Parts: sequence; C-alpha cells; structure tokens
Amino acid sequence: MAEALAKISQVQDWGMIQIRADLARAGDAIAGAAGVALPEQGRITTDGSRSLGWMSPDELLLILPRAETAEALAALQDALATEHALALDVSDMRAVFRIQGARALDVLMKLCPTDLAAMPEDGLRRTRAAQVACGIWREPGGYVLIGFRSVTDYLRGILTGAAAPGTQLSPR
Amino acid sequence: MLTLTCPYCGVAAEETELQPGGEAHLKRFGPGSSDAEFEAYLFARKNPKGVHFERWRHAYGCGKWFMAARDTATLQVFGTYSAQTPHPTPEIVAAVQAVRPDWQPDWTPATAETPAESLNA
Amino acid sequence: MTQTGPFRLPRGGRLIDRAYQLPFRFDGRQMRGVAGDTLASALLANGQLMMGRSFKYHRPRGPIASGAEEPNALLGLGQGGRFEPNQRATTTPLVGGMATTSQNCWPSLNADIGAINNWMYRFFPAGFYYKTFMHPRPFWKHVFEPIIRRSAGLGKAPTEADPDKYEQAYAHVDVVVVGGGIAGLTAARDAGREGKSVWLVEQTPHFGGRTPTDHAEGQARVDALLAELRGMANVTLRRSTQATGLYDHGYLLVRESLADHDPNAGIPRQRLWRLRAGHVIVATGALERPLSFAGNDVPGVILASAVRDYIDNYGVAPGRRIVVVTNNDDAYRTALVALDAGLEVAVVIDARSTAEGALPAAVRARGVRVLTGCAVAGIKGGQAVEAVKICAHSGSGQVTETVDADCVAMSGGWSPVVHLWSHCGGKLNWSDAQSMFAPDPNRPPTGADGKAMASCVGAAAGDLLVSELTGAQAEAATMPVWVMPAHATRKMKFKMWLDFQNDVKVSDVELAAQEGYHSVEHTKRYTTLGMATDQGKVSNINGLAVLSNALNQPIPATGTTTFRPPYTPLTLGTIAGEARGEIFQPLRKTPMHGWHEAQGAFFEPVGHWRRPYCYPKGGESHGDAVAREIRAVRASVGTLDASTLGKIIVKGPDAGKFLDMMYTGMMSTLPVGKCRYGLICNENGFLIDDGVAARLSEDTWLVHTTTGGADRMHGHFEDWLQCEWWDWKVWTANVTEQWAQVAVVGPKARVLLERLGGQIDLSPEALPFMGWIEGEIAGIPARVYRISFSGELSFEVAVPANRGLELWEKLHEAGRDLNITPYGTEAMHVMRAEKGFIMIGDETDGTVIPQDLGMSWAISKKKTDYIGKRAQERSFMTDPGRWKLVGLESLDGRVLPDGVYAVDQGVNANGQRKVQGRVTSTYMSPTLDRPIAMGLVRQGPDRMGEVLEFPVAGQESYKARIVDPVFYDKEGSRANG
Repeated sequence: MAEALAKISQVQDWGMIQIRADLARAGDAIAGAAGVALPEQGRITTDGSRSLGWMSPDELLLILPRAETAEALAALQDALATEHALALDVSDMRAVFRIQGARALDVLMKLCPTDLAAMPEDGLRRTRAAQVACGIWREPGGYVLIGFRSVTDYLRGILTGAAAPGTQLSPR
Repeated sequence: MLTLTCPYCGVAAEETELQPGGEAHLKRFGPGSSDAEFEAYLFARKNPKGVHFERWRHAYGCGKWFMAARDTATLQVFGTYSAQTPHPTPEIVAAVQAVRPDWQPDWTPATAETPAESLNA
Repeated sequence: MTQTGPFRLPRGGRLIDRAYQLPFRFDGRQMRGVAGDTLASALLANGQLMMGRSFKYHRPRGPIASGAEEPNALLGLGQGGRFEPNQRATTTPLVGGMATTSQNCWPSLNADIGAINNWMYRFFPAGFYYKTFMHPRPFWKHVFEPIIRRSAGLGKAPTEADPDKYEQAYAHVDVVVVGGGIAGLTAARDAGREGKSVWLVEQTPHFGGRTPTDHAEGQARVDALLAELRGMANVTLRRSTQATGLYDHGYLLVRESLADHDPNAGIPRQRLWRLRAGHVIVATGALERPLSFAGNDVPGVILASAVRDYIDNYGVAPGRRIVVVTNNDDAYRTALVALDAGLEVAVVIDARSTAEGALPAAVRARGVRVLTGCAVAGIKGGQAVEAVKICAHSGSGQVTETVDADCVAMSGGWSPVVHLWSHCGGKLNWSDAQSMFAPDPNRPPTGADGKAMASCVGAAAGDLLVSELTGAQAEAATMPVWVMPAHATRKMKFKMWLDFQNDVKVSDVELAAQEGYHSVEHTKRYTTLGMATDQGKVSNINGLAVLSNALNQPIPATGTTTFRPPYTPLTLGTIAGEARGEIFQPLRKTPMHGWHEAQGAFFEPVGHWRRPYCYPKGGESHGDAVAREIRAVRASVGTLDASTLGKIIVKGPDAGKFLDMMYTGMMSTLPVGKCRYGLICNENGFLIDDGVAARLSEDTWLVHTTTGGADRMHGHFEDWLQCEWWDWKVWTANVTEQWAQVAVVGPKARVLLERLGGQIDLSPEALPFMGWIEGEIAGIPARVYRISFSGELSFEVAVPANRGLELWEKLHEAGRDLNITPYGTEAMHVMRAEKGFIMIGDETDGTVIPQDLGMSWAISKKKTDYIGKRAQERSFMTDPGRWKLVGLESLDGRVLPDGVYAVDQGVNANGQRKVQGRVTSTYMSPTLDRPIAMGLVRQGPDRMGEVLEFPVAGQESYKARIVDPVFYDKEGSRANG
C-alpha cells in the first residue's frame, strides 16, 4: 500500500489571540507586548514558540503556547489600554491541522483555489479549503491550516481524503 | 469566475473567495428623505453594459469590502480600490479612460477644494 | 500472430500491442481485443459494425468517427453502481473484462421493435413533439406522456450509488496548451523555451494528433518535440485529459482520467482540474464533416479520417472493399492508407469537376478509378453497406452505376474545433475558400487585462494542413457540398442525416425554414439539431449550411449556434469531487455534539449546524419526546445546547452609536451588567434577525444573533462600518465558537446551578432578570445571562468552548434527582410559542416588519435613524390593512396545519379565493394540553374573537378564533422562578 501524500495531524495545545487595532498607530505596542515582530501585509513572523500573523489591515493573530495565553492577553490589553483596540482570546474557536510531508502542497492544491506554491516563504494566506474558511502558512516540513472549531471533523475529512495514498498530482 | 485583487491584502482572489455586494457608491437616504430619493436609493440600479463599479467583499480572506471597476461585457478589470471613498478615485477614472476614452464619469469628480475622502490618503 | 477478430489486419496498428489480448463482453457475447484498442476498434475488429440505434427512428448505427465527436457508437458500460450510459466507444479505452451493452433497442440490437418508428418517418417531422401532442387534450396525460416517459432519454440512468472516488484540484499556470497534436506540442515547446510554466493537455492517451497517420515522417516530428518537452522542468504534459470549458478570466476546467473503467486501481477515477491560465492556446485541431447523401447513416458509412485511423492506429479494417466519397483532397489519404493495408478501394467519388493535386494523382497511380463531378445517389443495405449507387453531382440523382462495397469513407471537408475559443466570447469568420468557420484573431475572448486570454494555433486556427510543421504540400480547394447530389429530390433528402443521434435530416431543417424558423438557434431547438450528447460536433455546420440555402442567404448571415461548455459530457461525480458522504458539506458541531449523539438525539439541520431536535428515549416517538421534555422543563429543570447562537463583540467609543443604528431599539443606554432584546432590520425595513445584547463594559457589547445569523449579521455590521461609517471607531469580532453556551431552564434552574458551586452569586438580587454576571461555576470561568426564551426561570451559561462538555456533564450529574432533562430545538420552539415569542424564519419571511409583529415596544421612538426606519415609514408599511401577529385557537381541537391560509370573501382576478391571513407557527401544547398557533392576519389585533376559516384540500376546513398570542403565563411571573 502506497503511503498517504502527507501526514495530517491535529494540534491541540496552541493558544490564539485576535487583535484588532490601527496597526500603523499601535503596531509597535502590539509587537512589544506579543514578543514577536509586526508582520508585513500577508506575512507571519515567528519568534521562538510565538507567531504573529497578518490577518487584515487592522487585524493580527497571535499564536502561542496555550498556557501563555492569559498572561499574553493581559499584556496586550495593558499595552493597548490607551488605544482604540480589541484583544480577545480565541483559542477555543479554532481547529488547527498540520500537513506534513513532501507532497503536502498536493493536498492543499486539491482544496484551495489559491496559488500556494507562489506564497512567500513567510506568507499567510486566508482562503477556503473546499467549503470552509481557513488560513494557511508554512512550517518546516509542511503547512499549518487553521479553521473553525465546529468544522473540525469536516476539515479532518477533507484533508485526509485529499492525502489519500496514490493520489499525487504529478502526471502519470 | 472572475479574479479580483483585494486592495487591502494584495491577494488575487477568485470569485469563490468573494461575496458580491452590488453597485458601488450608493448614497444612503434615511429618515427625512423624499419618497423618490429613497426609492432610487433602494431600488434604482444602473446595470450598464460596459463600465461599472461594484462592491465585493473578500469574504474568504481579510473580510474587507472593496470596490471593483470593470466592464460588464468584456469582463476587463480596470482596477480595485478602497471602499472608503464616495466616488471612484482619480486613478481609477484614468485607468478606465485609458481604455474607454469616450467614457465620462456621471458624478462631479473631486477638485482640490473638495478632496475625496479616503482612509488611505 | 494471434487472431483477435476477423477484421483485425495482419499487421499495422501503431497504438495497439498485439501481445496483450483483452477479453470483453458486448451484449453478453464474449469478444477479444488487444491492449491499446478503443471499444470501437475492438468491436470493429470482431466484425461488430452495428453498435447502437438512433434516438428517434431506432435506425441501426455503427461508428462514423474515431474520436470525441462520435454521435452513434454510445454504449452502456459497466454494471451495478459503476454502470454508465452513453459512453463513446470511440474514446473509451478497452479494459480487460469490460462489460458493455447496446442502448435504445429492445428486445435486441438486431431485432429492435422501436425501429417501427423508422417506417413512419413521415409522421415524425421536425417539431413533431410540438405538433403531435397538442390535441386532443386528454391524450397528453393518458397516451403521449406515458409513452414519451418510457422512451425518453438515450440509455438508462444507473440506479445504484457510484462507488468510485473523484477529486478536484486547482493549479495556476502561465500557459495552458489544449491539444497534443503537432501544433500544440510546438506551442508548448515555444512557451516552455520562454521559461513560462506550461501545461499541455491531450484528450486521448496519445500525443501527436493526426500527424503520425496523415503526414510522412509525422511520428518522428512528434517524437522530437516530445523529447524536448519532457526535458523541460517547467512543462507538464497530461494525457487522457480533456479541457471541457473556458470561462471568465482564464478559468479553464479540465478533466483528467486517472482510473477510468479500472475500479481496481484504488485511486480516484477522475480528477477535475480548475485551472487559472494566464493564457490558453487552443490547439484542438479540426473535425471532419460528413456528406449529406441519401443513406449516409447506414453502418459502414464512416468519416474518411476515421477509416484511416482504424486502419493505421488499430490495425482494423472497417471494411474490405472501400468507396471513398469526397469534396476535397484530404480524403485521398484514406485511399492510400487502405491500399497500403492491403484493402481494396473500389472507387473514389469526387464531387469536384477536377481532382488534379498530388494526392489524387498518387491514388490514380495505384490504379484506383477516380470519378470527378460525381456523387452518391444512395446506399444499398440496411444494417451494413452492400453497394453504393453513383450519380452526377450536378443532377438530381439519376443512378449511373452501382458499385459493390462494404465501407464508404466520406469527407465533406473540415471544421476547426473552436469550442474553447468561443465559450468565452471569441468570434469566428467564415472562410469561403475552405468552407468553414475559423477563429477571428482580431476578436478574441478577453481576460481581466482586456487582452486576448486565448489564441488558436494549427488546424484549430484554420490552418488545416499546418504545412509549416507537418511538411504537407498544398492541396486543392474544398468544394462546398451541403446536399449530394446538388439537386437531390425531396425523397432523397428524407434519407440524408445531419444529426445522426437525434435523427435530424436535411428534410427536417428545410421544413423548419419553410415553417418560419429563420434563426439558427430556433431551428436547433425546433428540430433538435445538435442537441444530442455530441452537441452537434459533426452536424452543426452541415445543418446551418442547409438552413442558409433554404433561406437563400450566405452562411455567415445564418451564423452558428452558441458553443457552450462542456466540450464532452462531464460525469456528475467529477463535478461533485470530494463533496459526498460525510464531507458532502461541512456539518458544524458544538462542543457537546458527541454527548447528544451518545444520548440518541435526533438532529435537525439549522444552517450548517446540526442541533438536537429532541432526545427520544426507548421507543418514544419524536412528538412524545418533545412533550416529555417540555413538561420536565416546566416542572423542574432542563438544559438546551445554545452554543450555536451567534456571539459578536462590538467595541469602541462609537459602539453604542453604531448599535443604535443596527437595532431598532436603543442599545447605547443599556447599563453595564444588563441585557436587552433587540431587532435587526435591513434597509428595506424588514426584520432579519433578533437576539439579546449584553453590555460588557463602558465601550463593549456582546450581541447574540440567531443560530443561522451569526456570519450574516457580522457581515452586515462590517458592511456598514466599512462602507458607510468608516470614520466611526468600532471593532467587531465574531466569537460565536469561542463559547459553549448552555441554557439551564426551569423552576429548579437556580437550585441546580448553585449545587455546582463557584465564585458567583446567582441570587435574584445579584442577578435579576435581564442581567448578566461573570464568575466561576464548578471551577469553570463563566458568564451567566439571565434571559428566557421559554418563560421559565432561565440562565444561559457561557463557558470557553473547550470546557462546554465538562459543564454540561456536571449539570446532568448534579441534577439527576431533579429529573434534569436535555431538551431540543422543538421543545424550545413550542415553549416560545406558548409564550407568544416570535421566531425569525417562522413569523418572518423577509416581508415582515417589526410593527407587523406587535413589537413596536422594541422600536425606539427617540432615535432619528436606524437601518430600516425610513423604509418603515413608506405608505405600504404603515397601511393599517397589513397582516399582523395574533394567536389562533383551533375550534375543534385539531392542530392547525403549518402555513395554511385563512380565506376571505370573494375571489381575485384569477378566480382564486381571496385570503386574509396565514398560520406561521402551530403546535400541540403539552403545557396547556391543547393546540396553539400564531399567524399573521389582516388587521388581526383589532379582530379579537373573530373566527377564521382555513380550507385544506381533502379535509374539513379548519376553524380558529383570533386570540392574544401569549398563551401561557401572561403575567410573566414564572421567569422569576
């Protein structure tokens, strides 16, 4: 039996904080409190176990170990106290999957109407996977895909289906 | 299956990632407006064959509404731009007229005295 | 050498491997083919020329083509769930063990009873559907429709689920070349050399197109190109891959066959590629046209190019003694290929007055008679060609000679395959010199940049010989021959087929023209010309030429019908892709979903959510379960999984001002710590959502939406913030799924929650009705809202989603002695109706304003504006005659049917009974032990006590009295516990 195109695994121990603010004004404060550099448009920056993703011109997503979430949220709210800003713990509303392996891109090409091969090395792309919204970025050996918690089973289903053995996209 | 570039995140998104929002630059009429004004605001749409300005939301993406200037017949896209402007920007007008020299705006373009509002200014 | 059929030639067949024999079955008969055969070539090798019957007349039919354009040789393929009708034998690769069946015939292909239609062709002229079935009227229902239904459709639909898998994939490519013939290969090479990312897709399993068969050294030219292409890392070659349609902005749909007809491969059968092409190069070649002579549909009359394909590609003789009939030089190639294969060429009939080119000369040099200025007057034979009757082309069909033959190779010239070019707006020019429509390079389909998004090369561009690449010598002009002979009699035209599958003949198109169908699009639909599964690939040009002649106008004045995707039919499974079974659509599940499942909950869809409708116990009916749940809640305590309710955070200095615009009521004055019910309308004034907002802090609100409304309302908020009031300082966030929410409802609700312990004071003093409080319950951080949708004492407890199940289980553990009962959406619906609370989607349908529902109390009189306010001032909205919400009390104890209308006196302009209201919610109330209902009735609140009549077909009319919509606990004391 051939092997699956990629290993699909769910990540359970990440925390996430959604930040909405005028990034031009509050970017430095956010980066300071988050402990990660402010990402450019469409990018994600990483420093150690924390990443900061650019979600929209006025939205960032801080990804960090779940245990550090409360402290980081407090730090952000403190840093943004004088700003018109919003910082929320959204750890529980996400589903996170790793797609690992040499053919991880094949798996995502079956689900996303997006030129992921052309995505910059540190890019973050919000798009859809089959019928649900998702965000995608690279990590060593593959990709991370985040979606909504309620469709975790659906995401697992489409990802493992797209990774079925023998279904690589190269011409035969 | 159009492809439009979201001006907010720079992503070339295909139609399945977008949500259509109809004609752009409608002026809202609320309480106090005449029946005729309100009717036109709610129901009268241009629906031209040719140059048109539309609202699109990058729904499976950054979530921002943006405007697209395109030709409804040839599907040529003249440009996409910020939703925070009451009229198409001078750059968009220039892009349209570069291809459709006979086309004229049906509004009074902004002058130095009445600058177009824009967050990106 | 192994014998695999009487018509397999002793040598030749560049695409087959005689070493591998493949057994297969046709209508139950065992046959053998070889690896590389198509079904059509294998059947022909076995002497099986007849492969099906036509749709209308059930005429015996053999293949006329060798590729995707085939209209006749359509077979049923496979068995059980893998059965598939209408598979083209000419493009289906033979797989060992294949089971195939002929279609549209009964009891058998050879003795088909439906062929009786064939003798009655005079009674089935163009438009016969429209003419015949009109009168007498009762005949339609009792005679015509049953017969048509039984005989409708070609082939049989499969009855079992398709067990195969399908998938889709996206790719973004600079240049996609469609067609792997010499022009396509060359175009791909050129683009590849420029460093672009290139795909080349070829519909057949082989690259090269016609070049290896038709041109000297053709294979070598193809091989050289392939060698270079295979060395380019930026070039992807895909065979058995069909481009089916080109759409806006370079969106190209391409079907790749991965394991077609090979269920053992264990991989998806087909993959649908959704390509975004920077540029599409159409290199789809050309298709040969038939000639319209009497008897041109008899099995054995085959396109000249197909005859040489069967000989050269598959080593199969479509006949032993061949007559070639043509209006061009190209068909002479067939004579040469047949002679080289040792077959006899009886005669070449050429409609042109002279044939002096290199190809005719070569044929004459082989001793073959060439009759110029001649035509076919008729074909002798029914199920196979026996002889060809010859006449002068300029005459009306006087037979001058009859020649014995078992195969006729016909060629009426060639038409470029312009489908992809035309799908998205590319225009065509008529070429008189070549009698064909060819792409007009000055009017291409345009892309987002306004420039051509496609271009044509090779034969598809009208360069039929592609001499520059193939080395072919110039050929003499094709003579336009649309009817053969030129002055054929009416009787002959009854036997001249244009559309073979749908049995449309020259006589039908002429009749349509005579009856006034001057538009080619109308003629198409009236005659069904080009409406068969082949979509007119071989028939269209001949048909519109006949129409042009009948209308006495040039062909460009008639024009073509619209080319629409797909080029060849797409299997529905391919279009569905991965979306079937468990992942047909995303099912949204709450954190407690697994618990509900384990308890045997019956789920109902609410948007994409699955919510428990009720939790039947033992053999309980759903109705009984709902009644039990309601009684338990009203008597003690129950829990509802309310996690699906939308939750949106609205924050900022302008948040209050903003919410005042979104809601009809006043949200800015809500004190911190309090909740307020609100209504959201659209700019048309109509009610679109409702829910409870809580003020979390000075600048932050949390608003609840309906289950289905979260994304919609969040989008609605963002729309106004981004596009109208972009200078207002407000942030929103849809946090619906961050929280699990449990409604703990019933007189024992507080007792139960207090048992769980925690740092939270749930007393009426600390947490009054319509208040909220934050703290900890059972060690879980929680926010508790004291709101009620049932009329009972009720706490909605929100906890982080990851801890929702824990809370739920602890509640059920602690409440066992209280008979704690999980309840579903139906119990919730009934309880809210008992209280006269409205439900978005029941009491509203997109045409209802809050004022219709007696909810003026929820509309602020102080505000100068909110979304929908101006619309609610329109005269129609303030009309006192609007239908308004009331309660309805059934007079005879029967539950009113949902949605029924109350009739009024008199009839409307259509003779229908006038109506004055309708039922919007109706239930059997277990609490009151009688039916309750709500409805919208004209001036309803002013008509208390009146009795309305609701007629229902087949039943005694229902009668109901107009009453107050609040049926239970009118004073509202129960909400205080």
